[in-house]
Amino acid sequence: MIGPWRDPRLRSVVTASLTLGIAVGVFGFVFGVGAVSAGASVLQACAMSLLVFTGASQFTAVSVVGAGGSTASALGSALLLAARNGVYGLAMARRLRGGLGRRLVAAQLTIDESTAMSAAQNEPEAGRAAFWITGIAVYVFWNLATFLGAIVGKAIDPTTFGLDAAFPAAFVAMLWPLLGTTRGRLAAALGAVICVSSTPLLPVGVPILCAALAVLVGVRR
Amino acid sequence: MSWTLVLVLAAGAYAFKVLGLVVVGDRSLPPVLERCLALIPAALIAAIVVKDTFAIGQRLQIDARAAGVGVAIVLAWKRAPFILVILAGAAVTAIVRALG
Repeated sequence: MIGPWRDPRLRSVVTASLTLGIAVGVFGFVFGVGAVSAGASVLQACAMSLLVFTGASQFTAVSVVGAGGSTASALGSALLLAARNGVYGLAMARRLRGGLGRRLVAAQLTIDESTAMSAAQNEPEAGRAAFWITGIAVYVFWNLATFLGAIVGKAIDPTTFGLDAAFPAAFVAMLWPLLGTTRGRLAAALGAVICVSSTPLLPVGVPILCAALAVLVGVRR
Repeated sequence: MSWTLVLVLAAGAYAFKVLGLVVVGDRSLPPVLERCLALIPAALIAAIVVKDTFAIGQRLQIDARAAGVGVAIVLAWKRAPFILVILAGAAVTAIVRALG
């Protein structure tokens, strides 16, 4: 690997990664607060961020459990969201080098941010460096922020500060970049409609799973 | 929250990452499958926004959360930085709740 701090071509990548890391920290903090208010211990919240390390899935699991849904429905929807990291892995497999050990570590860092930052680089070497720098920066900030959020969440009542609405607001922020294509907008609209219309009829958490049917808009070219 | 959830989710999430990066590697998937998989986040995240905004258990209800999330949507649409989207969403909800 090249020394990113010495190489002027990578200085912008390093700056961007650190900025992104701090921004992700905001989500990590909100996650920590939300997790403990949904009944997780500080240790469980931290274990999730260290081991699961994929934001949207963690948020989903906590959101379903917090609403009184079963472990099975929380797992179902969180794992569906985690499946996209497999798709990112396909793209990154073409870029990354190294043996099995290195790839097994890289796998844990294969998330939205590291994939996007790597894909944004034209040169393969810069793309590899961007993957690692972004992945590590996000991992560090995400976990520190989760810990802080969990500690704060234990100390305050989240509804007083509207922190229960920080969760859907964070999801809105995550959703926006996905609405750039017609297909993305269609899938989102259909997912929302399926969820609302099935909420009164199905057990808590199951409507989120049903919303996954909206991906079938991808069948037509 | 159960440790089963934490640990099974951790194992499953890592399995997907390894499946893509290490097992399948640079072989490609059928285009239809790739298109559908790429739409999972949009479909599910939109559903969660709606659930967290309107649902209380199995009941649908319009309350202070809708005002906060509405403001968050407007700010996201105006391309506000996401810390602002989150803070405004929380603040507006708290204010509306305190007034109501």
